[in-house]
Amino acid sequence: MSPLLEFDNVTLSFGGLVAVDRLSFTVENGEVFAIVGPNGAGKSTAFNLISRFYDPVEGKIRLAGDDLVQHPSHDLAGLGVARTFQNIELFDQATVLENLLIGRHRFRKSNLLTEIAFTPFVRDQERQHRHAVEEVIDFLDLQPYREKRIAGLPYGVRKVVELGRALATKPRLLLLDEPASGLSVEETRDMAYWIEDIKKQMGITVLMVEHDMHLVSSVSDRVLAMADGHKLALGTPDEVQSHPAVLEAYLGAGDTADREAAE
Amino acid sequence: MRVVFKTSYDHDIGMFRHRAQATWYVLLLTGVLALPLLLGSFLIGEMTNMLIWAIAGMGLMILVGQTGQASLGHAAFLAIGAYANVILQQRAGLPFLVSFPLAGLIAGAAGVLLAIPTTRLHGIYLAIATLAVSILVEDFIVIAEPLTGGVGGMFAADITIFGYAINRYINPDAFYWLTLAVTLLVVYFYRNLLRSPLGRAFAAVRDSEISAQAMGVNVPRTKALAFGLSTGITGLAGALMGHYSGVITHENFTVIISIQMLLMIVIGGLGTIHGAFFGAMVVVFLPQALSFLRDWVSGMTGGGSVAISGLETAVFAMILIAFILFEPMGIYGRWLKIRTYFELFPFYRKNMFRRQKSYLKTERMR
Repeated sequence: MSPLLEFDNVTLSFGGLVAVDRLSFTVENGEVFAIVGPNGAGKSTAFNLISRFYDPVEGKIRLAGDDLVQHPSHDLAGLGVARTFQNIELFDQATVLENLLIGRHRFRKSNLLTEIAFTPFVRDQERQHRHAVEEVIDFLDLQPYREKRIAGLPYGVRKVVELGRALATKPRLLLLDEPASGLSVEETRDMAYWIEDIKKQMGITVLMVEHDMHLVSSVSDRVLAMADGHKLALGTPDEVQSHPAVLEAYLGAGDTADREAAE
Repeated sequence: MRVVFKTSYDHDIGMFRHRAQATWYVLLLTGVLALPLLLGSFLIGEMTNMLIWAIAGMGLMILVGQTGQASLGHAAFLAIGAYANVILQQRAGLPFLVSFPLAGLIAGAAGVLLAIPTTRLHGIYLAIATLAVSILVEDFIVIAEPLTGGVGGMFAADITIFGYAINRYINPDAFYWLTLAVTLLVVYFYRNLLRSPLGRAFAAVRDSEISAQAMGVNVPRTKALAFGLSTGITGLAGALMGHYSGVITHENFTVIISIQMLLMIVIGGLGTIHGAFFGAMVVVFLPQALSFLRDWVSGMTGGGSVAISGLETAVFAMILIAFILFEPMGIYGRWLKIRTYFELFPFYRKNMFRRQKSYLKTERMR
């Protein structure tokens, strides 16, 4: 069986800047896979490649063997890929409930005509959407905020709502772009529990970009370290943390010759 | 403030939040239905005009308030609706009941056609593109004389529904009820849209295109749909406007009208159905109020009639500026605040409706 997600020699450059350089890795079904690296390493770019916001210059990205490049960006939710954003991209003027309901958009079976007439079928679908969304609300303890507008919510709650919106799409693969950035210690701990539960209870594969090494090492099965668009190391959290090339990228020891040798 | 105890999803899906709210709207409906019994023919004519503007406003509201796309070209679609309706009746001999929905469809199709090249544009660029459409359509009406009658315009015949003729001057009440029926239908469709997936997709496109896309919303297609719905409804308003004014010329559909429509929904309150109605009231009744005031002032001072040209526009502009500065949520926003004040009396706090602006403030720090 092919891996859930496969990066095969993927390159992306903006003008002269190579953001992702011949990157290859695979994410297996049911694992939590973290990408770490200093700022500008190309982690978020890799995410945006999966989300099809960019076209790779070279290489292939496959989802369960299916070439992603032939799918436009809005197909991804339907294929079972959901994501959160580094800078929280919620629908600010809508309530938490509405935001989560938009996560159900991939299950929309009605069309313009049945919706403006609001046929019994549409009503029935709405009930199902709301039922599914309530499960997410229960899972993430969002009950107090159900009817609140995003624009008035604190940062930590928004982060959770965004996770909830991604979960509402019932994904196979969940992309979390810095799930713990800006969160307090307790909130980060909650996030770690949720990521565990998402993996174990829901059976969703998680791919995340994260700076908080404590969170990374506590929840992830495998870690990919990147710098300047290419792979530094790949392995268990411990292996990666003690890898010489990773230490060098973070602590800045040695010169480029050493790094090439390490690769 | 009423707290609704919800026991099923239907409570959230339903049209009204609670029974008392439904009662108020039934009362309002009874009131507007009975209005011709209370008002004279002049005021009923004005009410009809207000409803037509409210339909046009709802059309624009779907695009601007719900989907967040600017349009300074909606007078063009009023024109397309008005001319399509009259041309279909005169040239093709179609009855009103066929030509009227067709006029809406044609205006809607024109909107989708406009959307195809413009959905990639944002903000000010989209506004400029739609402004250009408004000017183009105005010029086209003048140039395409064989079709549109050029500068001379066209006469809209009486509306005939199964042999019953409706004319604004002969039976204003019937025209009012017809317009009211169309208005109610549009409101009903609009409400249904808001509580269904497409309405949420519109809001998603408005608030964040990138995450709308990540949630599986086809952004260009959703925008095109919003354009089509919006211009279609505006076209219906245009068709009614044609019958209301009797004669349609290019001067009924200038760029100024486009701008006025946009101002109307901003003053009324963006993103709400109520806003379209409040805005229409301002547009229609403000000139009346001003002329009444003018007569009163000249009566008080004993002088002849005071005619200040451009007074209406100036007052309208001042109201707009005041709203943008002091009440960005429009008349409907102000109404919500007043209502909350009384509902919570005496516990209303001044900053209840204040929006948090900072994004990096967490609850614990306060």
